[in-house]
Amino acid sequence: MFLDASGSAPLTKRTIEAFQAGLAEGWADPARLHTESRRSLALLDGARAAFADALGARPEHVHLAPSAHLALERVIAGINAARRGRDRILASAIERDATLHAARHMTAGNVTLLPVDSLGHVDLDRLADELCVPDVALAAVQHGNHEIGTLQRLEAIADLTAAARVPLVVDATATLGHVPAPARWDAVVGNAADWGGPAGLGIVALRPSTRWLPVWPEGDDWAPGGVSVPGTLAAAVALQERLETMATTDARLRAMVDRIRTAAASWPGVDVVGDPDERLPHIVTFSCLYVDGEALLTSLDREGIAVGSGSACTSSTLEPSRVLASIGALSHGNVRLGLHPGVTEAQATRFLEVMPRIVARLREQAGAPAL
Amino acid sequence: MIQVDARGLLCPLPVIELAKAAKGAAPGTELTVTCTDVAARLDVPAWARMTGHTFVGEKETDGGAFALTVRLS
Repeated sequence: MFLDASGSAPLTKRTIEAFQAGLAEGWADPARLHTESRRSLALLDGARAAFADALGARPEHVHLAPSAHLALERVIAGINAARRGRDRILASAIERDATLHAARHMTAGNVTLLPVDSLGHVDLDRLADELCVPDVALAAVQHGNHEIGTLQRLEAIADLTAAARVPLVVDATATLGHVPAPARWDAVVGNAADWGGPAGLGIVALRPSTRWLPVWPEGDDWAPGGVSVPGTLAAAVALQERLETMATTDARLRAMVDRIRTAAASWPGVDVVGDPDERLPHIVTFSCLYVDGEALLTSLDREGIAVGSGSACTSSTLEPSRVLASIGALSHGNVRLGLHPGVTEAQATRFLEVMPRIVARLREQAGAPAL
Repeated sequence: MIQVDARGLLCPLPVIELAKAAKGAAPGTELTVTCTDVAARLDVPAWARMTGHTFVGEKETDGGAFALTVRLS
């Protein structure tokens, strides 16, 4: 069973059918002048209108990129470029690597990380203080965190950035399709794969007042080489399906996550992280004392259970998750669940049966003392 | 004062060694674990919080290792 639906999710039947229809109808390059090309372009425009509607933006201000990563990079680079004379970027300490890498690259490292509290909320006093200095090109704050599920208090954050006339870039790549879209932003970014669309599409919306300049000379500023027409069509259908079923999915997954959080908190030596209330409905993360994260993932995989982890030994860099470090959470033995709408109560029950057994075995093998 | 040498060990082993040394030690005892694994710098304070002990602080030692000290409750 797949419990790692953060950043990707199984495609529904309706999404796969839309993708197949896109392959049949939208195979032509949308940039040419013939009928076939216009058909592809019409599919892209229809999808763009659906994204605009979901974000509360105008279609002409919605841009498509070949990945959410590239979308974040282009947004940050282009807004930064339009803010000449201001050379510092503010970002929450738990933003995605894509955001921080782009911010550091564009400012030659002049990035101030805003600390977060133990639940993952940005320190608003610190944000207000930093905004007093008139050198800020933009502020980047997530709508919700992809690892711990905490939702930021964007109303209060946007009040501060708007008063300082600093553009607010909101990374909604973990939240679109799961909770109502954020209302307060100057630029917002989404990830189609995260809401159950095919991988390979990032979306961006800008406000009419948001100034953005192209940084690369590639013709198409957002998607050099274009985006996949079938993929974009399927992404729009997947988002539509998520929006139609959001209320019931939210209630069901939220209750399931509550059940998992309560159970995990009752196991000895387990640290459940993230805001228990102001959170995404489908993400839950906890860390198990004295347990090797890689061994944990491998053992669960052997039981047919796929989960994610922020532990150092499971990452390519052997560095523990920056998100877990920023909130002061235990970084080893970390398990991150992302529940997609198809996860059943029976699957959650099985996970809750298997998990403590594996943790106990791994602790015993490691010679850990009793808790 | 108890010293635990966990240099060269990767997570979660430095914390396990610390926990073993803490077993049976009297309340108020200070334990210092020396490690090279960066994750231990997060995990020793987290261990102290989760097990009801007090994290005292961290010092960089010669050779790029970190000495992390906790006081037992």
